[in-house]
Amino acid sequence: MKDKGIVINVAGAGLSGMSASIELAKKGLHVRLISLQVSERAQSNLAEGGINAALDNMGEDDSPLLHYEDTLKAGLYLADPDMVKGMTDAAPELVMELTKMGMPFHRQDGRIVQRAFGGQRKMRTLYAGSITGKALTQTLINETRKYEAMGLIKRYSNHKVLKPVIRDNKILGLQVRDIYTDDEFILTGPVIVCTGGMNGFFPGLTTGTTANTGSFDAALFASGVEFSNLEFIQYHPTTVSGPGKRLLVTEAARGEGGRLFCYVNQDKHYFMEEKFGDKGNLMPRDVISKTISLLGEQAYLDMTHLPAEKWDYKLSELREEIMHYLNIDIAQEPVCVSPGIHFFMGGIRVDRYHRASKKYLYAAGECACAYHGANRLGGNSLLGAVYGGRIAADTLADDITKINEVDFKAQMTPSSYKEISADEAGANEKISEILINSMRILRNEEILSDGLKSLSDICPNEKVPESELSERVLFAKAVIKSALERKESRGAHVRTDYPDMEEGFGKPSVAAIKDKDVDISFQ
Amino acid sequence: MYRKILKIKRCEGAGKESYYEKYEVSFENPKETLSGVLLKLSEENITEKDPEHEYRPLFWEHSCLQKKCGACAMVINGEPGMACDTFLNDIEEDIIEVEPLRKFPVIKDLYVDRSFMTESLKDLEVWLNEEALNTGEKIVYEASRCIQCGLCLEICPNYCVDGIFRGMAAMTQLSFVMAKMKKEEGKEMRKNYRKYVYEGCGKSLACRNVCPAGVDIENLLVRSNAAAVWNRWNSYIERNEEK
Repeated sequence: MKDKGIVINVAGAGLSGMSASIELAKKGLHVRLISLQVSERAQSNLAEGGINAALDNMGEDDSPLLHYEDTLKAGLYLADPDMVKGMTDAAPELVMELTKMGMPFHRQDGRIVQRAFGGQRKMRTLYAGSITGKALTQTLINETRKYEAMGLIKRYSNHKVLKPVIRDNKILGLQVRDIYTDDEFILTGPVIVCTGGMNGFFPGLTTGTTANTGSFDAALFASGVEFSNLEFIQYHPTTVSGPGKRLLVTEAARGEGGRLFCYVNQDKHYFMEEKFGDKGNLMPRDVISKTISLLGEQAYLDMTHLPAEKWDYKLSELREEIMHYLNIDIAQEPVCVSPGIHFFMGGIRVDRYHRASKKYLYAAGECACAYHGANRLGGNSLLGAVYGGRIAADTLADDITKINEVDFKAQMTPSSYKEISADEAGANEKISEILINSMRILRNEEILSDGLKSLSDICPNEKVPESELSERVLFAKAVIKSALERKESRGAHVRTDYPDMEEGFGKPSVAAIKDKDVDISFQ
Repeated sequence: MYRKILKIKRCEGAGKESYYEKYEVSFENPKETLSGVLLKLSEENITEKDPEHEYRPLFWEHSCLQKKCGACAMVINGEPGMACDTFLNDIEEDIIEVEPLRKFPVIKDLYVDRSFMTESLKDLEVWLNEEALNTGEKIVYEASRCIQCGLCLEICPNYCVDGIFRGMAAMTQLSFVMAKMKKEEGKEMRKNYRKYVYEGCGKSLACRNVCPAGVDIENLLVRSNAAAVWNRWNSYIERNEEK
């Protein structure tokens, strides 16, 4: 394919970034794969449970249609049905392609095994022990390396993406800083954003990495890029307190038979089973987290009854990890669990083809609002990342034929950008405190309005900002305002003052800048 | 409340002279890790400052905080380890010395340049050109667990940056692709393996004890040696896969 001398910037080298880069390179296009750290450090490596695809290897009459229905239903019908259909239809072929790249999915007698996961009617989740994300990332790292050697993908592995370069509503490149030399410069070209979730706004309370600060989301938003569904934050029901973060107890623990309970007068109450029947422990994540929050009691996860063979391979890593960081052998005693922030369903607003709201800008993976609606199914994040990256790349490859290459020929020099300094660290922590308090599982008007007001106190001059700190204030405002304006309860967004789902809100929220302030609409 | 003193080696950049600063940290969690306190470190913690240098926030690489990403590898009281895998209360001494890895160029403070590891895998052409075999899943699974932290290279008596021997971090990745290659496709890879891994490894296996991911290095090494050196290509295939 003729690239007109244009080099494509992919920001973020996790699964979606590598997937997009590989797809572009396969078409002969040149890519800069830009990331603060190498792919081995990406959050994709932390995904444990698996990846969904209706292969029907377990003989349960599964089909992509059922996968589609389960995904839409778990997301409370907020995701674009056509987008979800594209993903679930493509999933079986996509996972077989991954095996051709070497992905070591668990097999029995040569056949790939699939496990049960929350909110799904069939055993649909392919896995590699409890390191599915790690093995998949390694697989794509090897594949990416092939195209690096061919000169089609060039890694910029120690570069921080600071802000987009925008002229006439078009994204013309990225301003980056080489963290080894502190040199700042502009990389011109269209951009696919694959920077992951915004964990850095909720430090210590997420299962993700510290590298995903959310600052680039804030910079994009401040530059006028629209975001969608920011109010939908997934609290994973079973996390434990780890060193400086929440540690995930994978959904596979319940998929393999783990049971949630709480004590009432010293008696064990299996509250999920009591409320939802036999499959209660495998209800979607939003349902379990909400139930635990409403319960008001400490929840425990009991895996002590699981047979020995499950600990040999399927859950061995999990057992070792909890022993290591908490000194608890989960095969011998139940463990205290509570909901922790695990995934952001909302993100950069994209169309069906992963185009964002500015020309030459695309987004995929967790940073994009795409497949998960109001709540994500376990096993759909790895799928969404790999598939979404590929679709964004396909779209850009089509668009490149129509791109006016003159747009990318102008000489540009970096403009001033103030990163958060040591003396602003306190103010940055305050933003997080406000967000953590406002975006709790059970929300109401008073909590959210107070949060908004407190944010205004941090940055009284509400103008479109040019520093990392003021961009973060503005973005935090968009998150809280999205939750305030959605006056209903749906999936992961639970309003105690509006407990029911309202048909009128059956559309994604859109956060944008209007008259230098945050504007929320439902479109 | 527990207390420790961290004596941290600082350096403003490549070629600059290094110096030490002392920080006092207090923590309540008996299982607090070094990464946990480094994340919260600020000027307020300083107890002994180098008079020649202004305060700057510490520059160190971190990401997952649970030994799944390899970022926070460093030298702790003289031993290579992960900050996220170092429990402060497991260390007897009150003063803990924290330094950057010694075999890699220092960028700043505790941050080192490990790009030699990734470049090395590119030089050795570690990828698959043809469709992967359907066998060898257990080997590939084990190899995938390697987090490319570099601790195995730091502790290895035979490894030095720019040397021919590429160490166990390269061995795991070579094993990944060799186990998925047909015999005829893997000829060059086996040659690379012999030259850059087998011939340089002194079998001290110091790497085995330092690997934070607990990769079964010995098993991978034995199997890959069998395949690449002794031509026992089916050493990657599990018995239950032969059916």
